[in-house]
Amino acid sequence: MSHIQDITKPEHLVYRKTPLLTDNIMHYCPGCTHGVVHKLVGEVIEELNIQDQAIGVSPVGCSVLAYNYLDIDWAQAAHGRAPAVATGISRLHPEKYVFTYQGDGDLASIGCAEIMHACSRGENIVVIFINNAIYGMTGGQMAPTTLLGQVTATTPYGRDPKLNGFPMKITELLAQLDGTCYVTRQSADTPGAVRKAKNAIKKAFQNTRLRKGTSFVEIVGTCNSGWKMTPVDANTWMRENMFPKYPLGDIKDI
Amino acid sequence: MKGNEVIAEAAIRCGCDGYFGYPITPQSEVMETLMLRKPWEETGMVVLQAESEVAAINMVYGAAACGKKVMTSSSSPGISLKQEGITYLAGAELPCLVVDVVRGGPGLGTIQPAQSDYFQATKGGGHGDYHLIVLAPASVQEMNDFVDLGFELAFKYRNPAMILSDGVIGQMMEKVELSPYKPRWTDEEIEKISGSWALRGKKNRKRNIVTSLELDSYGQEKFNLKLQAKYREIEAKEVRYEEIACEDADYVLVAYGSSARICQKTVKLAREQGIKLGLFRPITLYPFPTEAITKLAGRVKGMLSVEMSAGQMVYDVRLAVNGKVKVEHYGRLGGVIHAPEEVLEGFKSAFGL
Amino acid sequence: MTEEIIIAGFGGQGVLSMGKILAYSGIMQDQEVSWMPSYGPEMRGGTANVTVIISDERISSPVLHKFDTAIILNQQSLDKFEEGVKPGGTLLYDPNGITRPPMRKDINIYRIEGARLAAENGNPKIFNMIIMGGFLKVKPIVKVENVEKGLQKSLPERHHKLIPMNIDAIRIGMANVETENRL
Repeated sequence: MSHIQDITKPEHLVYRKTPLLTDNIMHYCPGCTHGVVHKLVGEVIEELNIQDQAIGVSPVGCSVLAYNYLDIDWAQAAHGRAPAVATGISRLHPEKYVFTYQGDGDLASIGCAEIMHACSRGENIVVIFINNAIYGMTGGQMAPTTLLGQVTATTPYGRDPKLNGFPMKITELLAQLDGTCYVTRQSADTPGAVRKAKNAIKKAFQNTRLRKGTSFVEIVGTCNSGWKMTPVDANTWMRENMFPKYPLGDIKDI
Repeated sequence: MKGNEVIAEAAIRCGCDGYFGYPITPQSEVMETLMLRKPWEETGMVVLQAESEVAAINMVYGAAACGKKVMTSSSSPGISLKQEGITYLAGAELPCLVVDVVRGGPGLGTIQPAQSDYFQATKGGGHGDYHLIVLAPASVQEMNDFVDLGFELAFKYRNPAMILSDGVIGQMMEKVELSPYKPRWTDEEIEKISGSWALRGKKNRKRNIVTSLELDSYGQEKFNLKLQAKYREIEAKEVRYEEIACEDADYVLVAYGSSARICQKTVKLAREQGIKLGLFRPITLYPFPTEAITKLAGRVKGMLSVEMSAGQMVYDVRLAVNGKVKVEHYGRLGGVIHAPEEVLEGFKSAFGL
Repeated sequence: MTEEIIIAGFGGQGVLSMGKILAYSGIMQDQEVSWMPSYGPEMRGGTANVTVIISDERISSPVLHKFDTAIILNQQSLDKFEEGVKPGGTLLYDPNGITRPPMRKDINIYRIEGARLAAENGNPKIFNMIIMGGFLKVKPIVKVENVEKGLQKSLPERHHKLIPMNIDAIRIGMANVETENRL
């Protein structure tokens, strides 16, 4: 019979929470993808040893409070404007690792101009884009990435292209711009997917070190609260409906 | 040099770290001059043409969050677009300089000079209880001087400052003595001045967070009270104004910026006709020189607020005068500039002279 | 001494630059100056005008409705600014394109064939300096050597070779101004 003290020795450690994650209790719903991606960003910053050089820009949306969870310097931006705020920071601090963390409403709707032009200028920043096809914070309204037929608070009969237009593949659009060096779409629904997503985020931050331009990492995620599903059902629904429209993998890597 | 060109030159000379802008008449010369001067080669100052006014002010927000001396400039419709960013800057207590070369409104309006954005500049402009520190230059020389002063006040109070100019002062040329060069702040200086809040990378300290968000309304009330205390301090310490020929005046014109220049001539014309007219020129529009006007009200028979607007500053003058004497407004609208003779006629008819 | 001048004509006639050179010349002789243009769509070929004030004292209003001198280069400007000349003031105009000549009797009126003289000299670009020569003949408020210094100050170095040509144009203007009405 071994004591707990014998088990919790450093040499037995197989997993630990990155110290980049604070001890604040996350406000995210159980099953939400944000928590996982926060952890990945924290781990990458830790592994690259750039805590003292990383500056994050949080959006308006569910991840507005991202600054409570990652132990680095942060600016909180107006809705959609994170890429412009990051531009200001990066231009004045060209040696720093500047990244934005944005949702689909923030990035692809109200902030469409800012993300387009930051990518077009090739700002030396990383963009983490969480696409869960819905406005989570405000209570589950239609996002630009909401799928056709998808029910939301503002498309109660399902998204109808005649009324609401089509879902927007913003990531493919951004890959067309000369300023982006790395554009990829990942998910975080399985251990394998999480590992891939982390590698993508790491590569993006390494690109900043190499001053290659804008690196854009989309993570297709779930919003089981907004979708009104259990976390397990939400993952299944995502795989069956989101992945065909938003296929995973690198779109651009130069 | 043109007033707008002087703004650019003064920015470089005062050690400004960055300018983010978007072209709009009548202030495009500011960014054009900067791009031609290439300060990034000379002082390291960053100059960037943004995709919109909205982006420009948010770039200012990001750069200001780093404790850097940064600025933007625009004209009325562009300033309206910038209001979102300006209220965020005020809410996050970030220092910066915004130059507004006002043109006639509302809407797209005209490109000619106006003073119809006094309310927008002095009463907040965006949402929430906040103020900008507002300086009103009346000469090209003051366009130069107020860039440095604006930054000084902005950093002293961690609050956005605005230079409220207009198409007259922006487009006119007159003699100007440019300020001597000041070096940009070093990393050590920024650490000393703004280290407790600026984003410089977390090292050997708690993380710095620049935000205007506070979900707890009691916390937000507390923050608002702190802001209000700051504004009371600014009102007590930073009022600036000029009195011209007020000592023996029976009547006083109250005017700022280009109208103040026009009114100087009106005062001269009036005195040639034996009318004892003076001019009171607010230099800071926020904080407004309320006390000085209250004092003046006890000595004169009436005041005329002269603005190229339908009458905005006149409300502040009336509050200061508090019914002691008659206060009227005169001004041409929509981009029409009143001439000194017109102001004199307007004054005479307002007071039945 | 304070001289309040309006120069008005078509965009492209060199109205603004003539004003600028006058203002710089004033600075060269240690006077206060202001230069206030009309701006905007006028710059693209419509009417353009600039108010120049040269004074021994601090200048108050840079914007005026009454002028000591109006330099008028097209009909629209004549219609607009003739009445703005102070009684006893001066109006100088180029008759080229003028269908209704100035009619006031209470001001000094001078005429200069700037467009014709420029064409005769084979260089339309010196038009505005010929006009300025005419003005300086009737109102010698700045010395020609100060105009030369002003040109050196206001023109980029690569254009300095053009200065003698401009000074010659001023002398042509000075020699060719005609009096129409003299108080």
